[in-house]
Amino acid sequence: MFLLALKMLLGDRAKYWMLVGGLAFSSLLMTQQYSVFQGLMSWTTSHMRNMRASIWVVESRVEQVNESKAMRDTDLNRVRSVEGVDFAVPLFQGVLKARTADGSDKMIQMIGLHSGTLYGRPPRMIEGDIAQLRLPNSVVIDTLAMESTRLGSGMGRPLKVGDVFEINDREARVVGICQTERHFFGYPYVFSSYDQALQYSPRQRKMLSMILAEPKPGFDTAEVAQRIKSETGLRAFTIPQFEASTIQWVWNNTGIPISFLTTIVLGFVVGVAVCGQTFYSFVLENLRNLGALKAMGASNGLLAGMLLFQSMIVGLIGFGMGIGLTALFGLTIAKSGQPPFKLDASFVFQSMAAVLVICALAALFGIRRVAKLEPAIVFRG
Amino acid sequence: MTTPLRSVNPALPTAAPVVFNPSGSLAVGARGIVKVFGVGDARTQALKGADFEASEGELHLIVGPSGCGKTTLLSVLAGTLSSDQGEVNLFGTRLTGLSASEVTRFRCRNIGFIFQQFNLIPTLSLVENVSVPLLLNRTGRREAEAKAAERLRQVGLAGRERQLPTQLSGGQQQRVAIARALVHEPRLVICDEPTSALDSVTGHQIMELLSTAAKAPGRCVLIVTHDPRIYGYADRISVMEDGRVTHVHAGASLTSFIHSENRS
Repeated sequence: MFLLALKMLLGDRAKYWMLVGGLAFSSLLMTQQYSVFQGLMSWTTSHMRNMRASIWVVESRVEQVNESKAMRDTDLNRVRSVEGVDFAVPLFQGVLKARTADGSDKMIQMIGLHSGTLYGRPPRMIEGDIAQLRLPNSVVIDTLAMESTRLGSGMGRPLKVGDVFEINDREARVVGICQTERHFFGYPYVFSSYDQALQYSPRQRKMLSMILAEPKPGFDTAEVAQRIKSETGLRAFTIPQFEASTIQWVWNNTGIPISFLTTIVLGFVVGVAVCGQTFYSFVLENLRNLGALKAMGASNGLLAGMLLFQSMIVGLIGFGMGIGLTALFGLTIAKSGQPPFKLDASFVFQSMAAVLVICALAALFGIRRVAKLEPAIVFRG
Repeated sequence: MTTPLRSVNPALPTAAPVVFNPSGSLAVGARGIVKVFGVGDARTQALKGADFEASEGELHLIVGPSGCGKTTLLSVLAGTLSSDQGEVNLFGTRLTGLSASEVTRFRCRNIGFIFQQFNLIPTLSLVENVSVPLLLNRTGRREAEAKAAERLRQVGLAGRERQLPTQLSGGQQQRVAIARALVHEPRLVICDEPTSALDSVTGHQIMELLSTAAKAPGRCVLIVTHDPRIYGYADRISVMEDGRVTHVHAGASLTSFIHSENRS
């Protein structure tokens, strides 16, 4: 009977395509918007993947990785003295202006690494040697900075190793190019030594943005972070803690999650409305046939199962089309990298579950109608 | 003026209405059936204590003017509508004593339906439509389709198994409906105005099929109709008026009733 139920639905082409189309659109809206949102959230925490460190120590009021409130230089030694800390190094991070060959100013994300250890270095060098950051006026730029619309502006070609530009009227010579994950603000990364970064940055009373620390072997990272916090009064995060805190900050302080969430909810509502209405109309149009089946001995349970089966099948087909379109969108924009896109497997299953809930709701309207249907309807004119 | 599908002898005398006592095994028995629709001002009593009997092996027509309760009685007898009072027995099973799901199962096994508007599912092929009662009785799909194809052959639609109902004429569709009603060998076949949407020639063919079906052992065919052209096929005719069966005609009484109806 389930096969016949499917044929009943597939035979009504207009309704079938309206159902599949509505669900595909709903799936596309939910998964595409979620993927872009996830991509944006991923951008907000890209610092932590571009400067890998086990423990991030920041001023006590800092809530997220993109924020920096300068600490005293002496805080570094206080962190180093905490039991379980293997080593701790200073880090400078700030948004500075760079002047390109054609005289235009471009914003950059300046990162100053401890010159002794270069701890927090980018994960992958494409060209050059990161150790050359120890030379005066040297910087390592990321691939985004190379672009002619960024620091390569006026060169007529992408920036390359050996090229020179200015940061706050100081020479910056490119000694390497690295691969980074793009940052939320969209500024290219420029790495230098900590001391050099202080030279590039306008002088302030306190310049230490963050402290990166590593626990001693055998010590638990979270415990050491907690110990730093309690002994120094500074905030110390492990990577997962800092990611969670950053994303929480975005949720609390920006309208980004709400606007994406609204669209995702709208996608769900559109799905329920289109699918529910179309499916209900399909049931109404087939009421006499369903009544005939009921008269012939189809139980309410069987008819409910048939309607549920029909709706689940169109749900899976619609979802398949929607997720396919989302994947196509992701692949298309992957080259440009904008807007950010991150579709994880767990959300694929969650959104599939949401679409199946839509279908179940749609079927429910029909099931209620059919349950109340008297089979004697078929004897009425 | 209506044209009789089966000729009757006009010389036979017109008998007075009689209540018939079936001589064969009782197939359908109903006593004191009351059915009320609506409440308050909209309250309508469709059946007012109707009694009805039909035997195995007979083709039994239920006739009467519009609104007399024919279709309501048929629905109650078929178990598709519950009565407010009274008792229905089908082949020794007291229908009124069964739960809703038991009635559904009983219908599924024992009753075949033929509807005025055929009620074939337009998106299913003929063989799929006919196999529905078998599938509802948990017959495997292949076996069901094989039996359905055989039934279609018996009603003269061999070779058209994969066609859709919309590709057929009204008469052919009703033949498919007959195949569907008989495919699971039901004991009772319920027909609601099976010829009203058909021309006289097609109606004649359909009634020949139903008449043959009624002769199967242990089977009974009940037909509600307005169509006097098919009275000649009946073994008995129950006449309804105002929610009750007022007369039952059989034998000589039936012949004279048919004669008088055709004359009028």
